[in-house]
Amino acid sequence: MIDLPAPKQDVLDRRDAVYEGLRAILPARGVITDPARLKPYETDGLSSYRQMPFAVVLPETTEQVAAVLRFCHQNGVRVVPRGAGTSLSGGALPLADAVVVGMMRMNRILEANYGDRYAVVQAGVTNLGITKAVEADGFFYAPDPSSQLACMIGGNIGMNSGGAHCLKYGVTANNVLGITLVTIEGEIVKLGGTHLDTAGYDWLGLAIGSEGQLGIATEIIVRILRAPEGTRAMLAAFRANEVAGACVDAIIGSGIIPVALEFMDRPAIHACEAFAHAGYPLDAEAMLIIEVEGSVAEQDALLGRIKEICAQFDPISLKVSQSDEESAAIWKGRKGAFGAIGRISPDYLCMDGTIPTSTLPRVLHRIGEMSAQYGLQVANIFHAGDGNLHPLIMFDANNADSMHKAEAFGADILRLCVEVGGCLTGEHGVGVEKRDLMGVQFTDTELDQQRRIKTAFDPDWLLNTAKVFPLSDTIPRAA
Amino acid sequence: MQTSFTAEQLAAPDIAIADRILRSCVHCGFCTATCPSFVVVGDEDDSPRGRIYLIKDMLETGAPASEPVAFHLDRCLSCLACMTTCPSGVDYMHLIDYARVRVEETYQRPRHDRALRALLAAILPYPARLRAALRGARLARFAGGLIGGETLFAQRLRAMLDLAPGALPGRGATERQGVFPPQGTRRARVALLAGCAQQVLDPGIHDATIRLLTRMGVEVVVARGAGCCGALTHHLGKHAAALDFARANVAAWSREIDTDGLDAIVTDTSGCGTVLKDYGFLLRDTPEAERAARIASLAVDISELLLRLDYQPSRPPEQPITLAYHAACSLQHGQKITDAPKILLKRAGFTVAEPRDAHLCCGSAGTYNILQPDIAGQLRARKLETIKPLKPHAIAAGNIGCLTQLGGAGLSTIHTVELLDWMAGGPRPAQLPAEAAIAATQPHPELETDGEPGWV
Repeated sequence: MIDLPAPKQDVLDRRDAVYEGLRAILPARGVITDPARLKPYETDGLSSYRQMPFAVVLPETTEQVAAVLRFCHQNGVRVVPRGAGTSLSGGALPLADAVVVGMMRMNRILEANYGDRYAVVQAGVTNLGITKAVEADGFFYAPDPSSQLACMIGGNIGMNSGGAHCLKYGVTANNVLGITLVTIEGEIVKLGGTHLDTAGYDWLGLAIGSEGQLGIATEIIVRILRAPEGTRAMLAAFRANEVAGACVDAIIGSGIIPVALEFMDRPAIHACEAFAHAGYPLDAEAMLIIEVEGSVAEQDALLGRIKEICAQFDPISLKVSQSDEESAAIWKGRKGAFGAIGRISPDYLCMDGTIPTSTLPRVLHRIGEMSAQYGLQVANIFHAGDGNLHPLIMFDANNADSMHKAEAFGADILRLCVEVGGCLTGEHGVGVEKRDLMGVQFTDTELDQQRRIKTAFDPDWLLNTAKVFPLSDTIPRAA
Repeated sequence: MQTSFTAEQLAAPDIAIADRILRSCVHCGFCTATCPSFVVVGDEDDSPRGRIYLIKDMLETGAPASEPVAFHLDRCLSCLACMTTCPSGVDYMHLIDYARVRVEETYQRPRHDRALRALLAAILPYPARLRAALRGARLARFAGGLIGGETLFAQRLRAMLDLAPGALPGRGATERQGVFPPQGTRRARVALLAGCAQQVLDPGIHDATIRLLTRMGVEVVVARGAGCCGALTHHLGKHAAALDFARANVAAWSREIDTDGLDAIVTDTSGCGTVLKDYGFLLRDTPEAERAARIASLAVDISELLLRLDYQPSRPPEQPITLAYHAACSLQHGQKITDAPKILLKRAGFTVAEPRDAHLCCGSAGTYNILQPDIAGQLRARKLETIKPLKPHAIAAGNIGCLTQLGGAGLSTIHTVELLDWMAGGPRPAQLPAEAAIAATQPHPELETDGEPGWV
C-alpha cells in the first residue's frame, strides 16, 4: 500500500460542520458522505492503491465548483479532483481528509464552431464524446487515449493525455485552446481562448498536465479538426520484440509520420485477439499496427513505402486492412488492450515511460531480461512511434510478495527509461504511482522550482497533494 | 482486482463464483461510459464499476445488504451494456443476479416497496391475473389524474397506470397449449415460449410468429406446463420463484424433446430469451442441471431462427417504409444479436435506420420502468430524442418491454416479427400508420441507412 500523509486531525474533528457546509452549497444528491456510498470512490484505474475519501461532491456548474473550493480553502480541507476515475497513476486516489470533487455531472457540450474549428465542452464530457458530437459534421478531436470511451476531458487536461493518434496530431496540450480554471480560492479564471495563441505567458502550457494541483478545469475549449478523407490500418508481424522495435525506428527514421504506430507483443496479441477477434497474427512474437490516412493514392503511397521498410526486418506477415470494419476491429483490440489483460492476469501495473525510438530494441531486450529476473510476466502494448512505452506487469494482488515485486520491477523500468535519455511519464501523469521516482528524473533544485509554482497557486497545498512530488519532502515543505 | 475472501467464505460455491468474476475486473472504468444509469445520474455508485465495488464489499464483509447497496443495485437496469463494453470479459450478469438474491434475502425493504415487488411478482407472470389487473387499471386510469405528489410511491403508481394498454386485446392463440401444424413438408419442429405478459398485452406478436413459422414449414408447439420464463421474478431477486418457473419449463420442453423432438426453443420476447439461454447456469446445482443445459443450448431468438431458415419475403413492399430499429438490450447485449433483425427487415424491403447511442437502454428493463420511474423516464425521453430525427414511419423492436416503453409518443411501435410476417403473406400490422399517412411523410433526407454503430 502507498504511503499517504497523515490526515489533518482538525478536519476530521469538524466532520459534521464540513459536511453541513458542503450541503449548503450543493443539492443533496451532490454530496456523498455515507461510508457505504463512498467506498466505490476509494480508488481509480490503479486499483491496488485505495483510500476511503472524507467526502465526495458532484457539482453541476462552474459556480458550484468555485463555491466548493472556496469553502475548502477557508476551512483548510484538502481536495482531490476526479474525472471518470480511469487514471492509471492513481491521480484521483483520495485522502482520508480530502473532499473528492467528481466532475462527471458536468457532461454537456456547450458549443461546436466549425468555422473556427473549436468546441466548448464541460470537463466531464468523455474524450470520445467530443468526437461523437462533431463527427456527423466531418470533424474530430485528435488526442485519443485508450480509455477515450470513458475518460473525461478534464482528466485529460490534468494528465496531458496522449493516445495512439498523437504521433501525428500531438497530445492534449497541442489540441486545447482555452480552459476555465477554478483556483483553490474559488476564483474563476479563463486561460487562452478560441484561437491558437494568446498574449502574455503561456498559462495554458502551465495548466495542462498540472495533475489537478493548480486548480480544477471546468470548461475546455478544444481544437477540432476536419476528419481525413480516409484511413487504413496494416498489421506487421515479427519474430522478436527487438526486431519490431528496430522496424519502428527505421520507419520513423525514414521521415514518414504514420498517423499511428502501435506495438503489441505476444501476450498482448493473444489477450486482445480473444476480446476483439481482429485477426491478429497469433504466431508472432511482436506486432505493429500502422495506420496511414489521406486520399486513397496517399494511403497507397505511404503503405507501399512502409511495407518496403518492414520487409527488411524479415516479417512473418504484412496485412493491410481491407475494410472499415476490419480496421475498427484492429483498433478495438488495441484500445481495449489494458482491460483485455484482465483475461490473462487478475492484476497488472501499467507503466508509462518515454524513450528515444532509437533505443527501443535495447530497452525491450532489457525489459525481457528483467521480467525473467523478477519472475513476473510482462505484456508490452504501446505507442511505439512516440517511444511511449506501456509495459504491463502482471501480478496477483492477493499475494503481497507478488505485488511488491511488481512495484520494484516497474520502478526499474522507469529508471531504465531515464537512463537511456527518456522520461518517466508519457501520458498517464506522475500521480502517486511515480512520485517517489521524480528524484531519478529531476535534481532537487529542479523539483524545488516546480514546488514553488505549485505554492504560488495553492499556498496551503490543498489541491491533490501527496501526488507528483516525493511524499517524504513534500509535506514538511508544504507545511 | 484484489479481493479479500477467507478460505472459509470461498468454500461456498456462490462466493467462489463471485470471487472469480470480481478478480477478472481490472477496474478500468470503460463500462461507466456505456451504462445508462451512469450517463443519466453521473455517480460512480450508479455505474457498473461502482456496483461491482459495492457488491465486493457486501460479499467480503458478509454483512446484510445495507440501504445504499440495495438502493444502487436496484437502479441497475441489467441491460448488460457493460458486458458488451468490458474488455476483460467480466461476467457482470451473474454477479448482479447473485447480489440481487443477497439483497432480497438480507435487506428489509420499506413496506410499500416490499408490497409492490410482491404484487408484481404475483401478477405479471400469470396471464389470467394480469388480464384481471389490467381491467382494474383501465378503471383506475380514470382516477390516475388524481394521483398527485412526487413521492416514489405516487410516481410508481402513475408509471404502472401509464404502461397499461388503452384497450385490452382479445386472447391470442397461445393461451392454450397446442401444436400448430406446418404448411407443406415439415422442415423443423420448435417450441414457442408463450411466456406471460406479452400474450396479454399484445397477443398479435405470437400470432405473427406462429403464422410465419408454420408458413415456412415449421411445426410450432406451445408445450403444456410451460409458462413464464422466470425473468421477472429473477430480476426482482426472488430466486426460488424464478427457479420454479425455470424448472417447469425445462420439464415441459424435455417431455417434448423425449416424445416428438425439438429442433429449437424459440422466443419472440428477447428479455425472456436471455434468461432461457442461461437456464444451464440458473439450474446448475439442481437435479435438472443437465436437461436445463440442453434446453438452454436449444434456445434461439426468432430473428436467429428466421435467418437460419433463410426467411424470404413473398411480396414487394407496396410503398417505401422507413423503420427505426431499436435494439433491445436483451438482444444486443444479453444475447449479442445485433445484425440479424436488421438483415431480415432490410431483406423484407424496409429501409432501416438506427438512432445514435443505440447501445443505450430505453428504460424499460422488465419492471424497472415501474420501480424506477425517474431514471426510466429520462432514458425513454433520451431514446425518443435520438429516434425522432430519423423521421421513421414506425419503431421496430424485438421485445415487448421496449415496445410498451417507447409507445405513446406519437410513433407506432411494432414487433419485428409482425413486419416480417406481413411481407411474407401475413396481415398488415394494425399499429402501422395508414398508407396515406406514410405516403405523406418523407424520411430524413440525409439519412444514413447502412451506418455501422460505434465500436462500443
